[in-house]
Amino acid sequence: MNGSWGGLPIAAADRILERDWRFETLPKLSPTDSVLPYGLGRSYGDSCINSHATQISTRRLNRLIRFDAQQGLLQCEAGITLDEILQVVVPHGWFLPVLPGTRFVTLGGAIANDVHGKNHHHAGSFGCHVQSLTLLRSDGERYRCTPQENAALFAATIGGLGLTGLLVSAEVKLVPVSSDQMEVEDLAFSSVEEFGQLSRDSTEWEYNVSWIDTFARNGQVGRGIFSRARHAHNSGTLKPGRRPRIAVPITPPVSLINKWTVDVFNRAYFARRKQNKGLQYTHYQPYFFPLDGIANWNRIYGRKGFYQYQCVVPRVGGEAVIEALLREVNRSGAASFLTVLKEFGEQRSPGMLSFPRSGLTLAIDFPNRGERTRNLLASFDEIVQSAGGALYPAKDARMPATLFTSGFPRLQEFVSEIDPKFSSTFWRRIQQ
Amino acid sequence: MKGSGMKDSGMKSDTRILVFGATSAICHEVLKLYAAQGASFFLVARNHDKLGAVTDDLVARGARVDGSCCYDFNDWEQHEVAVRQGAQNLGAIDIAIVAHGTLPEQAQCESSSAALKACMDDNFTSAAIVAEACAQQLSRQGSGALAVVSSVAGDRGRKSNYAYGAAKAGIDTLLQGLQGRFSGSGVKIVNIKPGMIISPMTAHLKHGAIWATAADIAPDIQKAIASGRKVCYVPGYWRLIMFVIRSLPTTLLAKLPI
Ligand SMILES: Cc1cc2nc3c(=O)[nH]c(=O)nc-3n(C[C@H](O)[C@H](O)[C@H](O)COP(=O)(O)OP(=O)(O)OC[C@H]3O[C@@H](n4cnc5c(N)ncnc54)[C@H](O)[C@@H]3O)c2cc1C
Ligand SMILES: NC(=O)c1ccc[n+]([C@@H]2O[C@H](COP(=O)([O-])OP(=O)(O)OC[C@H]3O[C@@H](n4cnc5c(N)ncnc54)[C@H](OP(=O)(O)O)[C@@H]3O)[C@@H](O)[C@H]2O)c1
Repeated sequence: MNGSWGGLPIAAADRILERDWRFETLPKLSPTDSVLPYGLGRSYGDSCINSHATQISTRRLNRLIRFDAQQGLLQCEAGITLDEILQVVVPHGWFLPVLPGTRFVTLGGAIANDVHGKNHHHAGSFGCHVQSLTLLRSDGERYRCTPQENAALFAATIGGLGLTGLLVSAEVKLVPVSSDQMEVEDLAFSSVEEFGQLSRDSTEWEYNVSWIDTFARNGQVGRGIFSRARHAHNSGTLKPGRRPRIAVPITPPVSLINKWTVDVFNRAYFARRKQNKGLQYTHYQPYFFPLDGIANWNRIYGRKGFYQYQCVVPRVGGEAVIEALLREVNRSGAASFLTVLKEFGEQRSPGMLSFPRSGLTLAIDFPNRGERTRNLLASFDEIVQSAGGALYPAKDARMPATLFTSGFPRLQEFVSEIDPKFSSTFWRRIQQ
Repeated sequence: MKGSGMKDSGMKSDTRILVFGATSAICHEVLKLYAAQGASFFLVARNHDKLGAVTDDLVARGARVDGSCCYDFNDWEQHEVAVRQGAQNLGAIDIAIVAHGTLPEQAQCESSSAALKACMDDNFTSAAIVAEACAQQLSRQGSGALAVVSSVAGDRGRKSNYAYGAAKAGIDTLLQGLQGRFSGSGVKIVNIKPGMIISPMTAHLKHGAIWATAADIAPDIQKAIASGRKVCYVPGYWRLIMFVIRSLPTTLLAKLPI
């Protein structure tokens, strides 16, 4: 695979080159060509694509370099997946400090999008835990970057969308765990306001995330399930998870996600989760990566693919903005299979273009129905922009340049660190 | 600071493993499994930088690397020295793995004698000499397993890659002979036959549904070595595919684009 997760019709790269070893150089490029690193394509839109130009697949750069199992410091090549890392470190009682909703992303991808997890309010984003990184730039030099050494390049590369050079390796500080189990509690809420209250009451919990039932009508808009969790201290086992088995083998011609299937799914899901069962124990893998159990689930959206829309809006007044967005979804009658709401904490990463910031973040996905879907998302843009919010580039294939510029105030600082030979379809689009 | 947990996936082992072609992608995946169990290695490969990267990885995963050496395997006089050095550093050899090889363009092997010779040297001559040198050491010990990576390509001559196939068939025959020679003894000879595996060797080919990754097949290879299986197709479905291909009439096979 060399496309992106949303499966939208985005022109492919002309060539995909593999890099097998960390001492290799960048490919020779013609004066008109550009290059973009590519991890596992778990970004939804065009930020991991360099249409009609060159991409470098990093998947073979997946070796460990040094693992200090006493201090919990792990240095690896940048193409290793978070799954591969967990397999190695969990048995030693260590865990990754930040995990996105899938374990099939590379270390380089996690840094380049400065990914966040359910514990942002405790741990910040991935970039907060990167101790050092090595960047290969088109001038042929390798730059070791830390918060002190080549500090500007370090800050630009975290959340830098692959535009500052090829990440060859990085060192991450791990967190200790004493069990592979999670202690989870699910609570139902009936409005965004109630969500806000639960979120404030649950700051002690390491991991908080909520699912919103976008099919709830009228008075029920904003109902959902608040799920809070922490690492259990109950059992001594430290087993990493297994690889996925079930796959969606073919791409159906039309999306299997529509009003009716989503309605059924949401009803079933909420009926199951709503009964308060108190504390539940589960292995970390299904807790963190519920969708990884079904490989390539994105294909159920059919050949036209789907859009994901993820915004963050400031805390103050945030609940009203989220509610306005949910009403907009409801009014349009569009079906969103998975809608996730979470509160980000205060901690900022060093990343100049880092997306996570204090506020509420909402992620919604929609099958691509062309103009209709894009108009709906444009109406979300207005709400988000006037609230002073931002969209997540990792999920984006369409945001207008103005929204990008207003959402990322350190953009100018970032631009001066870009490698002149690196580019992406996202980057060219956003500059127009 | 350290998490309180103990390593509990698999037991600690002190398996001593001599490896030829340690930088091969398939081989590395197998070595990772042994490394996680705390194995000791003596690593032999051609390229020093690549071997450095593989060594770092294995050590970080919990292995001990008790020495290594680098040379081109067509430098045949070095093999006995390497085996002896490996046996000495490790104390004794529990497992010897031979994994190197190259996949040439068939057309080139037809038009260039040099290309054909290189194919035979890389895939047959060097592997045969290494395998014999390892077998001698295991014979002296009276125990141990020798695992050599051949290929499904050796099962039948096909027009699309018979040069490579012939070299691998030669290894096949050699291993059958070794199996006869060591039958009933403590020495096990394991013939690993990968199907189509995504690796640097095949990076230029188009990958379809029957392709597997090196990580997919590594556990099966480790199991085959542990049980001393004589022939091991990986993934297992290649046993069936090759049964069918071996059964095809010659005239029909000639018409197929394989
Ligand atoms: C099911 C699912 C759930 C998700 N949940 C979350 C979540 O909870 N939180 C979150 O933050 N994100 C989430 N994501 C998004 C995902 O974590 C990010 O898009 C991530 O960056 C993807 O990593 P990748 O390795 O696939 O990189 P790609 O998507 O291939 O690339 C992403 C970016 O990283 C750059 N890049 C990749 N490798 C390198 C390198 N070696 N050097 C320099 N640049 C590089 C690319 O150029 C590109 O700009 C989710 C995605 C999916 C599919
Ligand atoms: N991939 C497949 O589909 C497939 C299928 C069937 C069988 N196999 C066999 O599996 C084995 C491993 O292949 P792979 O897929 O892992 O490919 P690979 O990663 O390219 O490994 C091949 C290795 O062989 C080494 N090598 C080649 N010629 C050598 C020589 N003259 N001296 C020393 N080392 C030499 C290479 O070293 P350098 O890196 O220094 O070049 C490399 O480490 C090979 O025997 C191959 O024939 C592979």
